[in-house]
Amino acid sequence: MALSGVEIFKLLPKTNCKKCGHPTCLAFAMKLAQRQASLDLCPDVSEEAKKVLGEASAPPIRPVTLGTGDKAVKMGEETVLFRHDKKFVHPCAFAVEVKDSMSDSEINGVVEQVLNSEIDRVGQKLRVDAIFISNASGDAGKFEGVVKAIAAKAPAVPLILSTTNPAAAEAAVKAVADKKPLLYGANESNADAMAGIAKSHKISLGVAATSLDSLTALTEKIKGLGVEDMVMDSGARTAKEMLRDNTYIRRAAVKKGNKSVGYPVISFAQRDDVMLETLIASLGITKYSSIVVLSSVERWKNLALFTLRQNIYTDPQVPLQVEQKIYKIGEPSADAPLMITSNFSLTYFIVSGEIEGSKVPVRLAVMDTEGLSVLTGWAAGKFTASKIAQFIKDSGIENEISHRELIIPGYVSILSGAIEDKLAGWKVTVGPREANGIAVFLKSR
Amino acid sequence: MAFTAPNETYSGKVYQVEAGTEKTFVIGGENVLPFHSFEGNVPNRPVIAYEVQDVPPEDWPDTVKKVYDGVSGNPVTWAKHCQDKLNAKAIALRLIGTHPDRENRSAEEAAATVKEVLAAINVPLIILGSNHIEKDTSVLVAAAEAAKGKNCFIGKALEENYKTIVAACLANNHKLIAMSQLDINLSKQLNILITQMGFDKEKLVTDPMCSALGYGLDYTYSVMERIRLAALTQNDVTMQTPMLGDIGMYAWKVKEASAPESELPIGGSLEPRGIAWETVTAGALMMAGAELLIMRHPESVKALEKFIDELM
Ligand code: SF4
Repeated sequence: MALSGVEIFKLLPKTNCKKCGHPTCLAFAMKLAQRQASLDLCPDVSEEAKKVLGEASAPPIRPVTLGTGDKAVKMGEETVLFRHDKKFVHPCAFAVEVKDSMSDSEINGVVEQVLNSEIDRVGQKLRVDAIFISNASGDAGKFEGVVKAIAAKAPAVPLILSTTNPAAAEAAVKAVADKKPLLYGANESNADAMAGIAKSHKISLGVAATSLDSLTALTEKIKGLGVEDMVMDSGARTAKEMLRDNTYIRRAAVKKGNKSVGYPVISFAQRDDVMLETLIASLGITKYSSIVVLSSVERWKNLALFTLRQNIYTDPQVPLQVEQKIYKIGEPSADAPLMITSNFSLTYFIVSGEIEGSKVPVRLAVMDTEGLSVLTGWAAGKFTASKIAQFIKDSGIENEISHRELIIPGYVSILSGAIEDKLAGWKVTVGPREANGIAVFLKSR
Repeated sequence: MAFTAPNETYSGKVYQVEAGTEKTFVIGGENVLPFHSFEGNVPNRPVIAYEVQDVPPEDWPDTVKKVYDGVSGNPVTWAKHCQDKLNAKAIALRLIGTHPDRENRSAEEAAATVKEVLAAINVPLIILGSNHIEKDTSVLVAAAEAAKGKNCFIGKALEENYKTIVAACLANNHKLIAMSQLDINLSKQLNILITQMGFDKEKLVTDPMCSALGYGLDYTYSVMERIRLAALTQNDVTMQTPMLGDIGMYAWKVKEASAPESELPIGGSLEPRGIAWETVTAGALMMAGAELLIMRHPESVKALEKFIDELM
């Protein structure tokens, strides 16, 4: 847990030698407490102090990486309970379960879905992040075979290998150790062997507990065995247990500095009812899971879950922005209406959605207002007559359309005269104030 | 080693608000964050109301429109279908046909519809206007009178038109839904203005404005979370109202809920995609604090009820 300035001061040499660039040890300690300075600036600090301060300044939830390369998944390092306090750091990963008891064609089908799952939404690439391979057959050879086959077919996709049998684990991990899979399944009866495998292959270990008490005991034991990169399953399976355990774990780690549960969480959403499974996965996204295991990855379900993850993991302080340009909605002909709005993503989505809903083809000029909405953009001097005129001129739209009419949002009707002054030959029409008036406005023209 | 459960105790509590006369429902009453029954009291389940309109749902996407084929031509048969066949715990009657840009139905017509629907059902009724600032004042006043004594939820009162709507709810003994636009301070201010008119703060429901998954859900989510935290941690009595998520109207309006697979290949099959859009929007906002949800598709409602079963 974070130390106060005074607590840190007690650990410093107290010589006020100024070598750290601060007038006194206390001043330096205050900076350290605010994380505005780094301890190595003080050359005389003791090893003891380094150790204590190092532990205290480590993130409350340990960073753990799954897989390698571009598609590696980073987890952990979260610092808050609520997204309005600070951006959630690492978007939760989706893993689809493949059982080694499934037929080859079934397995291939799922792997294909994963390989083809990537989409682009608001400039972000989103995909099914990992494959969770479970040793449902109980057969070590079969497990190894399936793991190898999947790794060959999807070499870049991170893998989670699920078994409680150390012999099966050793064979499978050995086959794909260079891909840094997560080995999931360390429990009270196999912890020594599983920790040994994770340690010798330098991979992270998934702990499968049955309660928060047994989880704490297990992570401490495994850490003692020399494995520090862990992912935790408290045994929570119902939504109620998941919410309780995930909340307790996040609070304990972030607010109480409980290092025994300072690791990312894996949750299991598989349900027979696919819509319910989608909701359980949504719970994982909103409430602190770092990996959510799914039983299937239909495209409709992916799109809904990817979108929710994006919504929850955006930075609430930095509005998502859309690229400045003139977007075509429908297939606008040369005389189709031209409308303008701001590049705040929410504004863009709502306005373009309303235009689409109206079925009237339109060109929508989206101007860079640094992510501010129309009214705030106007108030902040980012959505002004001269900037709008400049944007329209520079866009080259005059060569593309047969008219010279620009429809502006009703909230900035005040700008219409000034824009006409600056855009020679153009007529400015004031559109509706709210987006929900757009369809009627367009249809009545 | 034992795990020490880091429980939170909160100083505040959400008001408990009841609707209806014969069959009733109660929302609110909890002294913890949504579904945190491990550290406090969560006496009531969230309630899902089926949305019904005073005019046929011509503007709804096919996926959800076709579910009501044969009953949605008339709000009475539609509402009865939801109650009797779909086991609706509440009906939300949206008087969208009164909007001047729509059918422009009169306040009298709207009041007659309210009476007919009330006569046909015994579950609580939520009465919603068309969100037209001026028109709603006459429509909702007439509706409140028509529903006198039926203990309805009526809305939405906005900062621009709340006075007449509040007065009508006071005179006819209804609960009130107050909506402001995605801002915790605006919500608080509107609640204060309404209670200053003598309206009991324990009869209010707050709608911080819904947004659909992918279309501003993050804003609604965080505003709701902040309102609920203000209610609990700061014991802010002006923020302790239960919250409404007006889900269906927003979720079914977006492209992802209506574009066929040919237009949106990355979205896969249209029907489950539309249902998922409504379901996930509702599920996420419920985790942020919404406890009255207005929804459209029976499959979405079914999935959400199962989810609530697992959470309670
Ligand atoms: S360098 Fe170290 S000992 Fe010297 S003033 Fe800074 S903190 Fe104190």
